[in-house]
Amino acid sequence: MSISKDQLIDFIYDEARMLDEGRYSEWLALWLPDGHYWMPLDYKQSDPINQTSLLYEDLFMLNLRVERLNGARTFSQKPKSRCHHVIQRPFVDEMNGDSFVTNTAMHYVETRLDEQQLLALTARHDLKLVEGKLRIANKRVDILNCDAAFRNIQLLP
Amino acid sequence: MANYTGNPTAAAALVQPHQVHRDIYINQDIYALEMKHVFANSWVFVGHESQTPEKGDYFATQIGDQPVIQVRHKPDDIHVLYNRCPHKGTKIVIDRQGNTGKFFRCPYHAWSFKTDGCLLAIPLKKGYEGTGLEKTDSGKGMKAVGAVKNYRGFIFARLAEEGISFEDFFGDSLSSLDNMVDRSPEGRLEVVGQPLRYLHYCNWKMLVENQTDTCHPMVAHESSAGTAVKIYEDLDLPAGTPKPAAMEIIAPFMSPYEFFEDMGIRTWPNGHGHTGVHHSIHSDYSAIPGYVEAMSETYGEEKAKAILDENRHNTVYFPNIMIKGPIQQLRNFIPLAADKTIVESYIYRLVGAPDELTARTAMYNRMINAPTSIVGHDDLEMYERAQEGLHVNGIEWVNIQRLLEENEDFSEEAVLNGTTERQMRNQFDAWRKFMTYDSEKQEAAE
Repeated sequence: MSISKDQLIDFIYDEARMLDEGRYSEWLALWLPDGHYWMPLDYKQSDPINQTSLLYEDLFMLNLRVERLNGARTFSQKPKSRCHHVIQRPFVDEMNGDSFVTNTAMHYVETRLDEQQLLALTARHDLKLVEGKLRIANKRVDILNCDAAFRNIQLLP
Repeated sequence: MANYTGNPTAAAALVQPHQVHRDIYINQDIYALEMKHVFANSWVFVGHESQTPEKGDYFATQIGDQPVIQVRHKPDDIHVLYNRCPHKGTKIVIDRQGNTGKFFRCPYHAWSFKTDGCLLAIPLKKGYEGTGLEKTDSGKGMKAVGAVKNYRGFIFARLAEEGISFEDFFGDSLSSLDNMVDRSPEGRLEVVGQPLRYLHYCNWKMLVENQTDTCHPMVAHESSAGTAVKIYEDLDLPAGTPKPAAMEIIAPFMSPYEFFEDMGIRTWPNGHGHTGVHHSIHSDYSAIPGYVEAMSETYGEEKAKAILDENRHNTVYFPNIMIKGPIQQLRNFIPLAADKTIVESYIYRLVGAPDELTARTAMYNRMINAPTSIVGHDDLEMYERAQEGLHVNGIEWVNIQRLLEENEDFSEEAVLNGTTERQMRNQFDAWRKFMTYDSEKQEAAE
């Protein structure tokens, strides 16, 4: 089975919609088990391990993050946050057999109570075709103003 | 509401042995007095020497509400100058770090200054001839802070020209900083990457008090640490499977009250203190191959063991930093307004130690203290709810009397049950002392 450029682009749009609609169990199922969600702290950071990042999370942590959102004693989610992605058409930068790389510019809005914040960011997806399905091998999210002081970012761009 | 402007004595009356008045947290005039007296008379953290390793390297930050520059003037000489051109007030540097070469040059009118602040040149200087410029503050170059101390790589400054010495201010509390640096087989730390910068709409003291608040983790962090424990148990992994990294870092936050009672709190004079006298949430981290060996080589087995067996949890250095010795983290609680604080969380590399230690520290920093951290979200929610709740009229005092003893003497070091709020009371004792430092000096002179 081969994957078309359009299918890759649709995958990115679908993922953003899952996050906006809070369909987290579907979203977690997109991930390959050894994947990492990386959000660097420094502009053009190259090392996720030996310096601080905003996020560098394996599936255990992502699962914890999602589970926590619905906890009875998750006070920072009473009331819940909501998010909204506006994405530009993804660039499909690599198509090598079963491995693909896309880069997507987006505006991410997160809101809770009277506060709303807008982040401009670029998401790089490393995707793999496994048993006929596209899966996320790794995701890197670079926030344009990564060096700014932030308020809470509670959901996932 | 009382009028506190110009009246630090009225501010000091807001501290009682068992409670403090809410104005301490919500009143902007109190904030202004804190900047003028508490932050000017204390020794405040500026930065680490490794942030400015070469001649001409600078790092821009602030001490309280005062913009300052840490700059390396000579290989072994770091200065701290106010970030203001003495001419019209323009900030000399605006980026957070860089190298200025041999001198600073104001971008507005090209007045230039040596890296120790001395005036170097003014264009068209003859325009000032006979005007007495040299007698004004403007003619004296970039102003330096009152005093600077480089303690084992950490730069502290006192804004006031005269006052308490570095040694008298910190006393035996420096043992926590010593332990953090001694954990390097070369006795040296280096800053790693950029700090996390996390904006809180609450008073800076709430964050500092929280560092030794051992009755909140199992409650406020149940959502993150409790859920981590539950997910791990549900996974039911076969015996011998390595624990997910998150478990080692986050799960200890769910330790029972007895754990925190037994870990102990120590307080030192001038508002310094630490949790984790006997053990802490950092005690049971897995061993990193090669590290103990490198330490033993430097210090000998016995001393290396003594350094590594010290597992202090959070050490608060009054007024506004906390360090974690076992993981080489420093958090700087920078007060921007009565209800606005920026927290900068730095990590340092143990020079000569395996990289795995830096990796664990970086993991701790992002998992616990990032704006994206679930543990951070738990805490911020509590601080900001308190900041809003304190505006309720009719109950105006904040309670700090857990395990209060009669006639507590904060000029004596003390080791107590780990759930005491004595360290919070100790901070307020120091707060009152430095708030009234100038007025008492003035009275003594009269």
